[in-house]
Amino acid sequence: VTLATDLYDDWPYRGRPRITWPGGARVAFWVAPNIEFYELNPPANPQRAAWPHPYPAVPGYAIRDWGNRVGHMRQMRLLDKYGVRGSVSLSAALCEHHPEIIAMCRERDWEFFSHGIYNTRYTYGMSEDQEREMLLDSMDTIERHCGRRPAGYLAPALSHSEHTLDLFAEAGGLYTCDLFHDDQPTPVRVRGGQRFVSVPYSLELNDTIAYVVNKVEPRRYGQMIRDAFDQLYAEGAASGTAMCIPTHNYQVACPHRLKAFEEALDYVTSHEGVWVTTGREIAEHYLEHHHDGALAHIAATSESARATEQEAP
Amino acid sequence: MTLGPAHLAYPLRRYGMDHERYDWSLLAERRAVRWPGGKPLAVWINVSVQHFPLTPTAKVKLPGGMTMPYPDLRHFTLREHGNRVGVWRLLEALDRHNLSASFAVNAAVVERHLGLVAALRERLRDGPAELVGHSWSMDTPHAGAIEEAEERETIARSLGTLRRAFACEVHGWIGPGRLETANTPDLLREAGLRWFADWVNDDMPYPFRTRAGALWALPLPTEIEDRFVVLDNLHAESSWADQAIDAFDALLAEGRGAHGARLFALSLHPWVMGQAHRVRHLERVLAHVAASRDQIWCAMPSAIVDAVESPR
Repeated sequence: VTLATDLYDDWPYRGRPRITWPGGARVAFWVAPNIEFYELNPPANPQRAAWPHPYPAVPGYAIRDWGNRVGHMRQMRLLDKYGVRGSVSLSAALCEHHPEIIAMCRERDWEFFSHGIYNTRYTYGMSEDQEREMLLDSMDTIERHCGRRPAGYLAPALSHSEHTLDLFAEAGGLYTCDLFHDDQPTPVRVRGGQRFVSVPYSLELNDTIAYVVNKVEPRRYGQMIRDAFDQLYAEGAASGTAMCIPTHNYQVACPHRLKAFEEALDYVTSHEGVWVTTGREIAEHYLEHHHDGALAHIAATSESARATEQEAP
Repeated sequence: MTLGPAHLAYPLRRYGMDHERYDWSLLAERRAVRWPGGKPLAVWINVSVQHFPLTPTAKVKLPGGMTMPYPDLRHFTLREHGNRVGVWRLLEALDRHNLSASFAVNAAVVERHLGLVAALRERLRDGPAELVGHSWSMDTPHAGAIEEAEERETIARSLGTLRRAFACEVHGWIGPGRLETANTPDLLREAGLRWFADWVNDDMPYPFRTRAGALWALPLPTEIEDRFVVLDNLHAESSWADQAIDAFDALLAEGRGAHGARLFALSLHPWVMGQAHRVRHLERVLAHVAASRDQIWCAMPSAIVDAVESPR
């Protein structure tokens, strides 16, 4: 299987056509709050356990429930304060479990994109039909409860199949958050040939990866966000870059982490030349203005790279 | 192999929770809580006094337990250090800043550390202090496939031992490792307890359903617990102190706002923070808390339950 090389071509960061953002901004900045529902007792996926403890896995379940009961409002107030509309990575079942949260996000004109049904249901082991059924269920549910069909997808718990992106593009999706290969949007090749893009999300600035996997101290996490921004802002003078902070209401909104997150948000949004936007708006802008040019440039670059390779002694 | 149909069936996809233990509610939409004296922030400090057997037998391992082949003297003695030396440093630090704490005690401690038991008995008599059930030892996890009768007996034996040794009542429970079986909340309520602190899914107390009536769930955050931050996350002691202080400041600010008072709960372990190189960082946290004395209600957990049960 050559899945990764099928999805996109190698394309050096240096020498690409210039990306321009609305208002001449250097950085397209977006925050993606994951709003998730984890089941206390999900069916056991043979390839990945949902919880580290036997049923009932109180510690893991409880802190995620804390995120919805307490953390969401706290994060939302901060995003309000700094004028950020969230791009919600949504467990579709949350529409049914916690419609109050959906209503508050809708009032703020936040974007909702699909993050599967539950974050305790993994794609591993699904047939293509099952994955399509799950994807369409999530999109239909989100459209019904949130008023608009989702344009983006982040696979539940970042669990993928070989066809995840193909299926989402076939279902009418515009962009994926599942690839971490670039700091600019890039075209993604899908089997149906749809115009489909990757919008850079972030793995290492994802609060759960930072806090739980990499065990980063809160104030250092805030500094990492500011450092990443400084770099992308500097590079953005030549060609637009994109920066995402993927968050979880049960991580970033904990009282001991709130200050670090607020300082980072304050820092980013106090700069001129930052397009504070959503995942969908980045994808749509890129598809309208840059996607086709990028494809042409990628083709030309690959051809010239191959030619150089053949000329080499 | 392809997943079976159960993986695309969602029998509990409905309004609210996917279980019956408590109702779904947003903290921000609940009636605002007021603490005695109108203080914006209650401060609950809990010290867990634990015993880690040299010969553990439980299938589920709890944090801090033995990891080396028998006899794991390094870990056994390092944990005992907490009950011989560390705990005195914690008590002195609390006294120096005029802050009080509850004590969650593994009942096995009673047999081994008579001097400590005598000192805690005095504190419990003179108050403010509260004794909290903490099972028998750090080798009696309430998790996995334990027979209900066995778990009931462990709870009864632990609470009975504490009541006799300390000559006082026990109203609350903190499970070792904050783990539970499917029966634990029911058994705790049936044992006559009023509150437990295993579910860290809120910032304020809330009623939890059991087959014997409601049990109050109190939040004691793992995320700023000394052991979790310093030994699991491997953060510097100074960073632990920063995190506790940032949490305190954030909750105090929120408690002063329009949404009602808040609770800052801090979980400490003598075998962690009582080490000579750590206790100064605890001192910094306690000094920070004590500096806002006019804003805080230094509260025992059962008094917190009283305050939310009969709002004034």
